[in-house]
Order: sequence, then C-alpha cells, then structure tokens
Amino acid sequence: MSRIKTLAGAVLATTLTAGLSTTTVAAAGETVKVGLMLPFSGIYAQLGEAGRDGLKLALKEHAEQLHGTKIEYIELDTEAKPSRAPELASSLLNQHEADFVIGPVHSGVAMGMIKMLRGKDTIMIIPNAGSAAATGPLCSPNVFRTSFSSWQPSYPMGKVALEKGYKKVYAISWNYGMGRESLDAFAESFEAGGGEIVEKVLLPFPSTNFQSHVSDIADENPDAVFTFFAGGGAIKFVKDYDAMGLRGKIPLLGSGFLTEGTLQAQGEAAEGVMTGLHYAEQLDVPKNQAFREAFNTEYGHYPDIYAVQGYDAGQAIANTIGELNGDISDKKAVISTMEKLTIDSPRGEFTFSRAHNPIQNIYLREVKDGVNVVQSVAAAALEDPARGCKL
Amino acid sequence: MSTELIFVQLVNGIQYGLLLFLIASGLTLVFGVMGILNLAHGSMYMVGAYLVWYFVSITGSFTLSALLSAVIALGLGILIERVLIQRLYNRNHLDQVLLTIGMIFVFNSLQSILWGNDPYGVAVPDTLGGSVPFTDNSSYPIYRIFAALICIAIAAALYFVVSKTRLGMLIRAGESNREMVEALGVNIKSLYTIVFAIGVMLAAVSGIIAAPMRSIVPGMGESVLITCFVVVVIGGMGSIKGAFVGALLVGVISTFAAVLMPSMSNMIIYIFMILVLLVKPQGLFAK
Repeated sequence: MSRIKTLAGAVLATTLTAGLSTTTVAAAGETVKVGLMLPFSGIYAQLGEAGRDGLKLALKEHAEQLHGTKIEYIELDTEAKPSRAPELASSLLNQHEADFVIGPVHSGVAMGMIKMLRGKDTIMIIPNAGSAAATGPLCSPNVFRTSFSSWQPSYPMGKVALEKGYKKVYAISWNYGMGRESLDAFAESFEAGGGEIVEKVLLPFPSTNFQSHVSDIADENPDAVFTFFAGGGAIKFVKDYDAMGLRGKIPLLGSGFLTEGTLQAQGEAAEGVMTGLHYAEQLDVPKNQAFREAFNTEYGHYPDIYAVQGYDAGQAIANTIGELNGDISDKKAVISTMEKLTIDSPRGEFTFSRAHNPIQNIYLREVKDGVNVVQSVAAAALEDPARGCKL
Repeated sequence: MSTELIFVQLVNGIQYGLLLFLIASGLTLVFGVMGILNLAHGSMYMVGAYLVWYFVSITGSFTLSALLSAVIALGLGILIERVLIQRLYNRNHLDQVLLTIGMIFVFNSLQSILWGNDPYGVAVPDTLGGSVPFTDNSSYPIYRIFAALICIAIAAALYFVVSKTRLGMLIRAGESNREMVEALGVNIKSLYTIVFAIGVMLAAVSGIIAAPMRSIVPGMGESVLITCFVVVVIGGMGSIKGAFVGALLVGVISTFAAVLMPSMSNMIIYIFMILVLLVKPQGLFAK
C-alpha cells in the first residue's frame, strides 16, 4: 500500500506545484512583500482560507496606516504537509525576498518553516500552529505568533475541573505534538491541585475509531473526561460520546478546538461540553462585533477563530508599518516595534510575551443551543511559560 | 478488563467489522469478477456520505436522501464503467491503478468545489434516535444496531444473488472463463457494467449508513480505502466470503487493540495481515 501512497503523493505534489499562485498587487513606490504559507488544499484548506481572508481584511482596513506602501501578496499552498515547508519557506526567503511570512496552520509545517527562517531578517508570524516549541526552545527574535500556544487553552482547564469538584479525570487525545502538549498542560494544573489522571490515552493521529475508548470510559466511570481533538476527529468523538449515552453522565471538558467550527455537525451531541479557548464567536467585546460585521460584509459569511488569528497577524503588520512611518528597512526596529504593540484583537487586547506569544485571556465556554457561550474568564492575561526559550 | 467490558468491546468490534464488510464487498466483487483494481472505491464511499448529507440538508428526510443517493451512485457507477473502466479490461493492473488514482483526485476536487472543506455531520434519523440500556453506565444507540442489521441483510442478499440466481451464476461463470460465457451468447459487456455499478453502489451505501455515525470530511475516502484493502487481502482478493470473515476479524482485532495498546493500534491490523499472508499467501479464502 505504501507504494500506492507514494505514487499518489508524487502525483499530487506535481499537480500542485504547477498550480502555485502568485497574486501581485500593482506595485508603485515602496512595496511590502507578504508571503503566505497556508494550506489552501487538503484537510486544513478551510483554515488556511480563513486566515488569509482575515489577514487581507486587516491590511485593507488599516490602509491609512501603511503610509502609501503597497502590499504584495505571495500565496503558497503548504497542503499542511511538513515535507514541503523548507522548500516553500526558502523560496519566500530567497527568491521572493518577502518582508513578512505568514504561516502556517499545521505545527509540523511550523517546524520546517522555523528551521529555515529562524534568525533571518524576514519576520515570521504564525497565525495558528500552537506547537510549544515555536515560542519555546525554537523561539527567535523574528518569529511571532498571533494565535496561542498549545499550553494556553488547556492549562486553565485543570483549575476549572478542580473547581467543579472533579477528582478523577480520564484524558484522551491524539499522539502528536498538540495532543500530548494539551494533555500535559491540563495535567500540570490539575495534578498540582490534587487531581488524579486515572487514564491517559494517546491514539495514533489521525485515527477516529473512538468507540472502543468511549466504552472504556463508561467502564472506568471517571468524574470527568478531558480531551483535545479538532476537525473531523472532534465531531466523531463528541458524537460517539453522546451515542454511547455518556453525555449528561460524565462531563466532557476539552481544549477549545473540540467545539470550534464543528458545532453544526456535532448538533445536540455537543450540548454541555465545556472548553477553554482564547476566543468565542459571541464574545462580548465591541471590537469583536465590529470585526464580525466587517468580515461578513467583505466575504459574505461570518468569521471563525482562524480568521481572527489571521486578522491579528495583519493588524500586527499594519501597526508596525504605521509606527515606523512606512519605513521597514531596519529589521531590528521592526522587531522592537512589533514587540511593544498592543493588538486590538476581536478576542480582547493582547500584547506579546518575551517569547513573542500572545499574553491573552482564556475563556471558559459551554455549548448551549449550539453556541459556545462564555461562562467566565478561566485565566486572565495568561502567559505561556515559554520553557526553553532564551530570548 | 472486566467480562462486561470484553462483551461491550466485542459488540463494538462486530459492528465496525460489519460496516467494513459492506465497504470491502464492492471492492472484492469488482476485482473478483472483472479483475479491476478500483482505487477510487474509497471515493465512492465519500460520495455516498456527502450526497446523503447534502440531500438531508435540503429535504430533511434521511430515508428519502438515502434512496436518492443510492440511485445516483448506481448511475455514477454505470457512467464510470461505460466511459472509463471499459477501456481498461485488456490493460494491465498498473494502467488501472493510474486511472483510478486519477479518479481519486477528481472526486476530491469535486467534493471541495461542490461542498467546500468544512467538516459536516448528519443527524441520526428521529425514528432510530434513542438508545437501549447496555451496561450500568452506557447505553447502545439504536441506529448502530440498525446499521449492523442493514449490513447483515445486504451481506445475505449478496450471498443469495451470487450463489442462487441466474445473475450470480453468470457472474461466477464470467469469473472463471470469460470467453466461454461470451461464446454461449451472454452479453458480458452489460454484465460487467451491472457488476461495477453494484460495486460502486455498495461503497456509496456504506457511506450513507456511516454518515450519521462518522464525520463527513475531505479525505474520508482514502483512510477507509486502506483498511478495506487490508480486509480484502486478508480474506483473499475476489472472495466475498473472505471479505466477510476478514472484515469481522479486522473489526474485532482493531477494537481490542485500540483499548489494550492504543499507541500501537494502527499497526496491529497490518501485523495481523502479514501473519495471515505468511501462512496463507493468497489470503484466507483465495480461489
């Protein structure tokens, strides 16, 4: 079978390399090159598109801050394949000489990009990938993140679980960076407060054969379940959990991605699921309402968290260019300006930590009538510990 | 592991295995009768799931949507056989692989263009909504029992058609000696069209039945295709009985592996496949 897969991969790679699109905005005067390395095809395509749309909206809204500089976009499709990351990052760096590189969605791709871009003059802004290493051991002056670290949404949930009186928790996720880091972050605060992880299950990514584990949970009968799953896996897990009759009996907690962009498909099965995240679509922040309406006017549908993160990457670029009066030739000045920014985000204002990760609120949300309703601020101005970062 | 949990997991495994059989049966039928290796079989599963989601979102009725989707899949099967597959009967397997891999890309792109890349879910139809008490803590959804029964019914129907009817006799005859069947005045061309279309429809019906239990996402066809090949290889390429036994084995083994050694669970069925091939290189029920 692996031969077939290799063959399929090769065919796919050739077709897509041929289709790389370069969008050029008419250049006049100073031109700022913004390279996008996002997945525009494959399972994360929708996330890549949302991030791009958010970014472009921010740069359009902040046009007067740009001091007449023109933005030239170079869009490269990563297909969320880590193996393509170094090649694409290198082409943005050397061939296109991009001033900013925005990407990626997938943490595996982030590793490949960082290896190529670390310590260079090009500023890299990560609009999603939550890998701890990006603002941890691999942190770098020119690498920023406008999304989250894997630690941030899960760490406060340990405290939440304890406050709700849960002592024994069953933890389950996929066996890859984001999954392991999410469970560890939860365990860190949960065990420190006297809680016990009765079982920790790590499934091979991206397996969605959950039914046997849900049966196992029923048999184990813990006080609560903590999980990280996203996308199709999140839908399947929440539906299986409900189908086996566990909803309403054993509370389900998770990192916020469990119920992001998946609620419609999960339907009633998601009711009552509690998650932690740095955003909620109905968040009561004036900037959020304004952003949602502006995005809807521009694109004809309401934005999701991935659009917010892309939008904030765009705001970071626009604000920096604005502060420097349009002159971004001195990269040291660009970095120190960006470090001091306060981003007026739809999630609420945030600043960058020393490792360049957002210092932001994590909200506790509960699904009610198909909406993630904010219950409380689970952790205010939470800063990622940035373990291993020497900045 | 308590006896109760072993029983629960056995039920889970059988239920998963029955669904696997339904998907794999079409693949093995087409290979056994026509000698065509259809790598786009998983795409047909995906098409079934997306179609039923699409029609449910319009009509609101699962039964109506399921019937509509199955009929469209049958039509699609006839169309693909007439336009594409027919040109491949005298070519080698590599040409078939190239064409059917190409079809995977075409169907994935069509899915992306027609329905976008968001993950979707289909609600369980109301009449099959509830669940029956199962253990102290859990209950078993009626829809899953229903799905298992449908799979058994289709397996029985398939067995009946292949072994007891004139069509089945022709299929079996075509398998062993194509020229002779043609010489006896049977229109083998339309027989092949029917078989291929049934194969496509079986894959799509599996997608339809699985839709309320699974998430409908891009790439869902490929992941199921690989498991399907494992089932068919274990059972013996071309054998329906083999596919049935293989599917149940893979279903039960992967369910227990998932609980007992989660980190290795994806590997176990491949290791099992290797063991089977070491003892029986042609699979359990090869002809």
